[in-house]
Amino acid sequence: MEPILLRARGTPSSRTLASYLEAGGYQALGKALEMTPSDVIAEVRASGLRGRGGAGFPTGVKWGFVPKDNPRPKYLICNADESEPGTFKDRELIHVDPHMVIEGIAIASYAIGANTAYIYIRGEFATEARYLEEALSEAHRRKVLGSNILGSGFDLDIYVHRGAGAYICGEETALIESIEGKRGLPRLKPPFPAVVGLFGCPTVVNNVETLACVPHIIARGARWFADIGTEKSTGPKLFSVSGHVNKPGVYEVPLGTPFNTIIDDLCGGIPGGRALKAFIPGGSSAPVMTADKVTTPCDFESVAAAGSMLGSGGLIVMDETVDMVWALENLLTFYAHESCGQCTPCREGSDWALDVVRRIRRGRGRPSDIDTLLRIARFASQGMTICPLGDAFCEPLRSFVTNFRGEFEAAIDRAEPLSPTKTPILPVRSGRGLFGI
Amino acid sequence: MIPSTPPLTVAPSSELAEVVFDDEMEQAVKALLARYPTTQAALLPLLWLCQDRWGWISPGVMEAVAARLALAPAYVEGVVTFYTMYQRQPPGRYLLQVCTTLSCQLCGTGALVEHLKEKLGIDFGQTTTDGRFTLLDVQCLGACGEGPVIQINNDYYTRLDIQQLDQLLDRLE
Repeated sequence: MEPILLRARGTPSSRTLASYLEAGGYQALGKALEMTPSDVIAEVRASGLRGRGGAGFPTGVKWGFVPKDNPRPKYLICNADESEPGTFKDRELIHVDPHMVIEGIAIASYAIGANTAYIYIRGEFATEARYLEEALSEAHRRKVLGSNILGSGFDLDIYVHRGAGAYICGEETALIESIEGKRGLPRLKPPFPAVVGLFGCPTVVNNVETLACVPHIIARGARWFADIGTEKSTGPKLFSVSGHVNKPGVYEVPLGTPFNTIIDDLCGGIPGGRALKAFIPGGSSAPVMTADKVTTPCDFESVAAAGSMLGSGGLIVMDETVDMVWALENLLTFYAHESCGQCTPCREGSDWALDVVRRIRRGRGRPSDIDTLLRIARFASQGMTICPLGDAFCEPLRSFVTNFRGEFEAAIDRAEPLSPTKTPILPVRSGRGLFGI
Repeated sequence: MIPSTPPLTVAPSSELAEVVFDDEMEQAVKALLARYPTTQAALLPLLWLCQDRWGWISPGVMEAVAARLALAPAYVEGVVTFYTMYQRQPPGRYLLQVCTTLSCQLCGTGALVEHLKEKLGIDFGQTTTDGRFTLLDVQCLGACGEGPVIQINNDYYTRLDIQQLDQLLDRLE
């Protein structure tokens, strides 16, 4: 496939406006501004574009939820929080082609009637925030942003807003709270941000990669975009590949490409000729898949049918040397740290699960621990929490224990008997653990 | 040749007991406020301005920020403590933030961490006695394809082995 989103990779000074204009940049914005906003939304809806942040919700449909008769200002937010472990594609897009993202933001803002847009970028991406600021000021100077853009009468200002270290702020309502100057605690939905979002106004939150697709859809047409990929998962997709592959990195493929093509052909296979043991297809919150599923096509439907989730396309590859109890402990450490603490099942469940896995790893596991872990995975997921972070730790938990049950049982079998002084004591958050370990 | 990172400016606690924003800071605050329809929304960016300037967020800084944005100091502290990147103790001139999440661990972060702890004689969360380095374990830094990843102040250093890490640290004064 010809590179679309990463077409400028390898081009010198690809971040500059001159380079972007030379590649035909901002022509799609000009074209969109000659269309009506509803026609722009219809075109994006017809393309079948689905959100690239993880949920896979149809972008045009999301834009269509913004009420047209609401007199309040409307906001577009570009979600550049990119904090799902295993995901680093948005960083690559910002490194290679920030103007593509900005053009997408401008078209989306026009479509929903927003005159102000924010790019929420994770605090650690200080360099990337600077790249975006530089691109924005260049765009302002050349009048592709600001007032009366390209003589259309449409005004738009875009601001970069840096986060400050919180995974949860990638969740759209926590992100909105964070821009408003609050702790990043997710909001209950409904109301959805499209109706009551940033500063109480109608708001659309779209991922960086989603927005980068938009100029191409407008420039080349919905039909062209829909012809890439599968029937229900259209377009190109960036995969962030990490872990045990020879050439990790960001790869652009049509949706529907089998995972083994990405791992073996694009990434050069697994180092040392070792065997694949497992892979996580869509960032660490997606259920882990076993090696026999590696021929699954990477589209939303096929990955779901294979028992996992395409998510953000963060592909973490693990070879035969990986101890799956260790890997789960590592991921649970992440979620226990990142739970915002608002909902009891997530706050407590992530810590309890971590403690149980820790004690299994330290040779103090009990035969009942597997059931305990699976019970926690039920107790904190599927609507028991305000936001999806509950599911985000329960899915790895459930899938690691189910798919690699033998490894957990073996670790428990190795356990030494518990001494009476090591029986449960008061719950302590993080570090020491619930069971005196 | 690995590029180098400038040191943080770290103000001592005594200087930050009571903080007054000078004209330059005031100009920057005004520019921030123009970006948002509410003053409260300028909180995170203003805290960043303060941290860039003084290296950390002392109680005195929180009070000054609260006063400028018409917020309660306790509210500002609540926000500061929610986010992991606002430093509430004066850090070393170089903040070594090691990603310890899965992809980096699969690529050998463990050995780098052991080496760092031994070389610097400190554990995670501690600062060397000469005020040069603070060592932190952090969650996924979003550069998983280039593991192991260490963020030093604002810069990412990736795919480091122990030898390169040593050369790098030796050049950070």
